[in-house]
Amino acid sequence: MRSFLLKTILAAALAGTTLSVLPAAHSAPGEQYVPLPTYRVGPYASSGTLWWAGERDYFRYINEVEGGIDGVKLAVEEFETEWSPDRTVEVYERIKNGRDGSPVAFFFTHGTPASYALIEKGAADKIPLIDPAGGRTESTDGKVFPYAYPLLFNYYSQASVGINYIAQKEGGFDKLKGKKIVTVYHDSAYGRETQAAVELLAKKYGFENFQIPVADPGSEQSPQWRQVREIKPDWVFLRTWGVSTPVAIKTAARFGVPADRIIGDVWAGSEADVIPAGAAAKGYQALAPYPGGANFEIHERLRKSILDTGKSDLKDPKFFGAVYYNIGLINAVLAVEALRTGHTKFGNRPLNGEEGRWAFEHLEIDDARLKKIGFLGLLQPIKLSPSDHEGGGAARIQQWDGEKWNLVTDWIQADRETLRPLIEAKSAAYAKEHGITPSDAGKTTGKAE
Amino acid sequence: MTLDVSREYDVQPLWLADRKIGWGVPLLLVLTFVVIPLLGNEYWLNAIFVPFLILSLAGIGLNLLTGYAGQTSLGSGGFMAVGAFATFSLVTHVKFISLPPALFLAGLIAGLVGLVFGIPSGRIKGFYLMVSSLAAQFFLEWVFQKFPWFYNYGSSGTISLPRLDIFGFNGGSSIGRYYLTLVIVVALTWVAANLVRSHVGRNWMAIRDMDTAAAVIGIPVDRYKILAFAVSSFYLGIAGALWAFAYLGAASVQSFGIARSFQIIFIIIIGGMGSITGNFIGAAFISLLPLALDYTVQSIFSGHVDAGLLQNIQKAIFGFLIIWFLIKEPDGIARLVKTFGERLSAWPLRF
Repeated sequence: MRSFLLKTILAAALAGTTLSVLPAAHSAPGEQYVPLPTYRVGPYASSGTLWWAGERDYFRYINEVEGGIDGVKLAVEEFETEWSPDRTVEVYERIKNGRDGSPVAFFFTHGTPASYALIEKGAADKIPLIDPAGGRTESTDGKVFPYAYPLLFNYYSQASVGINYIAQKEGGFDKLKGKKIVTVYHDSAYGRETQAAVELLAKKYGFENFQIPVADPGSEQSPQWRQVREIKPDWVFLRTWGVSTPVAIKTAARFGVPADRIIGDVWAGSEADVIPAGAAAKGYQALAPYPGGANFEIHERLRKSILDTGKSDLKDPKFFGAVYYNIGLINAVLAVEALRTGHTKFGNRPLNGEEGRWAFEHLEIDDARLKKIGFLGLLQPIKLSPSDHEGGGAARIQQWDGEKWNLVTDWIQADRETLRPLIEAKSAAYAKEHGITPSDAGKTTGKAE
Repeated sequence: MTLDVSREYDVQPLWLADRKIGWGVPLLLVLTFVVIPLLGNEYWLNAIFVPFLILSLAGIGLNLLTGYAGQTSLGSGGFMAVGAFATFSLVTHVKFISLPPALFLAGLIAGLVGLVFGIPSGRIKGFYLMVSSLAAQFFLEWVFQKFPWFYNYGSSGTISLPRLDIFGFNGGSSIGRYYLTLVIVVALTWVAANLVRSHVGRNWMAIRDMDTAAAVIGIPVDRYKILAFAVSSFYLGIAGALWAFAYLGAASVQSFGIARSFQIIFIIIIGGMGSITGNFIGAAFISLLPLALDYTVQSIFSGHVDAGLLQNIQKAIFGFLIIWFLIKEPDGIARLVKTFGERLSAWPLRF
């Protein structure tokens, strides 16, 4: 630092940062604190930014248009994690006691590895971990995992719906015998979750099950698809996410695996996954528990009050109604409806983690309610219970035609009866390993603090 | 001081052998063992101090190999993974074992693995050795994903311990994890500090500075290089096990990827290669500075600037700081601190 001027500028900047008068992110005691561990940088950012936009737009709609949930406003705060479970754990530790007196009622983990990393911490701190269409599948059994919620569509259900759709296309479950179904999966907790279910279904229906891993982040997949080509499968189940999906579709086309024989799962079925793949993605199918599209009632309401008034979090309004944007809407509405359910028992005030647990375990949204909140057709009816933290288990199949996603089937239900024993076996093993006694159904403290 | 001339020649004058222990280290020990647990809340212990200590330990491990023995290695993440998975296997399959012996044994296993991957160091040096250590990194990453035995056939490849059983006590609370980490890090730091002051350390430094000359004066170079790999992997293995179980709770190979290896090598470069305190400084820089940046930037700009842009700005600031520090002092921050200390000792003379 040679010049005095430079030193002065530096000192002033330092003083400015420490004595900042700009309003910091904060919340008031009467508000419900909603922390969001997001990823706006890194290989998963393209999916993530739309997701957070959907969540923030809906929360903003609730706060500004409906005046909060029964008058309780939501204080939303974002934290960057780059989809790394290590950083999500750090964010969780930072926010678990709430902020400025506003308690935390639940924690979106926004990623399956993070759900895994936090599952014990959430149970110890009594904060429900919410991971719709994700999470640790065993946690569907709420008696062993009272604070983990793989809402709506756990991974086993995803595998089952994929297989059911293949059976539909083949003309019946008996036609599955002897067929070759390859699963190309992202080598992380997320990608491997379906393996046990597919294995079980392979045994049940007699198809050959091949599992081929793709190392994170999956920007180069030639060896995997060469292997797929050698197997000459009838169907390919694509369980990748982030940048690995468009790379997979393009590489598959290069190796001559037709796109209409590839079924992507929930997290491999968005515009960000197929547009970069270009022409190779025409005919590609994906599971859609939440279809894409901006024609639902809630989109009309949001368009009027948020999008057109410029208050949307979306940088590009073209993506209004994209699959990940709708995923954000669904995540947000499940949380809001759960909080509303909680208010019926605990009163119209911010809830803490234990009360949030009661709220989620008693969440029920039927068709009438869906129509009222504008989500009819977008969200399936859901009913949770202390022993069932999934509640839905159905999806439709959408197919990309080069320009947009088209829904090609009606709701396909997963084979939950076959899968439930597997889930219960795993949760029992976890309970034994960790010395947990499964709580009785419905037994929650239900009191504040 | 006058020499007593009546002494024999071969008796070392006592004042040369007088090793004074300054007040710095005891003060630090009191601070970390007593003051911080009393004052710190769960967040500070869980998310600030524990990862800082573990990364310092990993830095010490790599520093022994790269900073003292001069063998560049990018396999740190892989050896950390060996330690974590070995601890998991030991605790899962050997029923009566408690955590500290399991950690020690896992460190030995990691050391053995490091020894095996250190064998090429007898033939290749510098940049090329780095490439072979990269092979170790990717191989170990692959092994722990490919063979389900390592994660006990779980469905997702994640390992976690049901309880942190420290000789009967449940170390699962944040205080327990903090003390477990602190005791292990303090003990291993003491060992490392003594190691580098001993003939082993001197031989390593001789090999680092000019290994041909070291061989000429009779140091068994190959053996010491392999020893460096083994000891370094021992440290990295224990650091990896602590990272997985004392910090995260549940870990998969994703936490020990090439990014982790790079993080540790950055720690020792910024902190100072060839110093023990440098690892702590480097770990603070690499793990805590981004958090501090995040806090500061969030408190000023959150809500006013796009969050993604904010993240990228932070990364840019962080990179700029690294460049600036390395230009100021290529030998790392530890050297900066040491120079400053030396100048301070000349105070109030011009410094």
